[in-house]
Amino acid sequence: MAIKICPDAFDPWQEIQSYQRASVQAGKFGATSVFIGTMRDFNEGDQVKGMFLEHYPGMTEKQLEKIASKAKAQWPLLEYLLVHRVGAILPNEPIVLVAVWTSHRGDAFDASRYIMEALKSTAPFWKKELLHSDQERWVTKNTDGYAVDQEG
Amino acid sequence: MNMSIKVRYFASLKDRIGRSEDILEASEGISVQAIWHRANADKAMPDNTLAAVNMDYVDLDRLVKDGDEVAFFPPVTGG
Repeated sequence: MAIKICPDAFDPWQEIQSYQRASVQAGKFGATSVFIGTMRDFNEGDQVKGMFLEHYPGMTEKQLEKIASKAKAQWPLLEYLLVHRVGAILPNEPIVLVAVWTSHRGDAFDASRYIMEALKSTAPFWKKELLHSDQERWVTKNTDGYAVDQEG
Repeated sequence: MNMSIKVRYFASLKDRIGRSEDILEASEGISVQAIWHRANADKAMPDNTLAAVNMDYVDLDRLVKDGDEVAFFPPVTGG
C-alpha cells in the first residue's frame, strides 16, 4: 500500500511495474485496475501551456490515507498505489496514478473508481493554469464524475 | 484562557486575501467561523469555502482548541 506525492515528473507505467514487482504477491491477484490522469493542452476553450498544482502538505497525505482506508474497508484490496504530482507541470505530463490489485475485476474497477472520485472531491490539491496568452487562472471546478463528500 | 491559533489559506483564497497564514490570539470557545472574522474582519468568507482543523474537514461551527491549525480553502481541483 503506497501513497506518493511527486514534485517531479513521473512515469506511471514504470511506477506500476516497479511497485508490482516489489510489493504485489505473484499468483494472488487476478485483476489490476489503473487510472492515469494526464495534463491536457486545452481547457474551457483555451489553450493551456502550463499548470501549477498547489497542495496542503500533511493534509493531502492524511486525506489520501483516509480514502484508501475506506476503499480497503469496502473492497478486498490486495494492494494499491496512489501517486499525485505537485508543482509546475506541462501538458502531456501525468498528474495522477491510481492502481489497484484485487482477486477479481469487479472489486478492482469499483475500488479504483471510488478512490479517484474521492480524491477529486476531497484531497486538497488546486490547479492554476497558465494560458497561451500568459494569463493565469485557478481551475474552479471538476468535470462531472460522482462527488464523494468529506465523510466518504 | 488565551489560545494561540495558526490560520492557513490556500490557492485562490490565499491570492484573494493576500496572505498564506495568520497567528491569532483567541479566547476559548471560539468557532472556526469566528476565527475567519477575527482574521478577516473586512472580508466576507466566499460561499464555497472549505475549512479544516488539524488537517481534517470540519463544519464552520466547530470550536477550536489551543494549538489547533485552522485552514480555509476553495473547492479542491486535483486529479
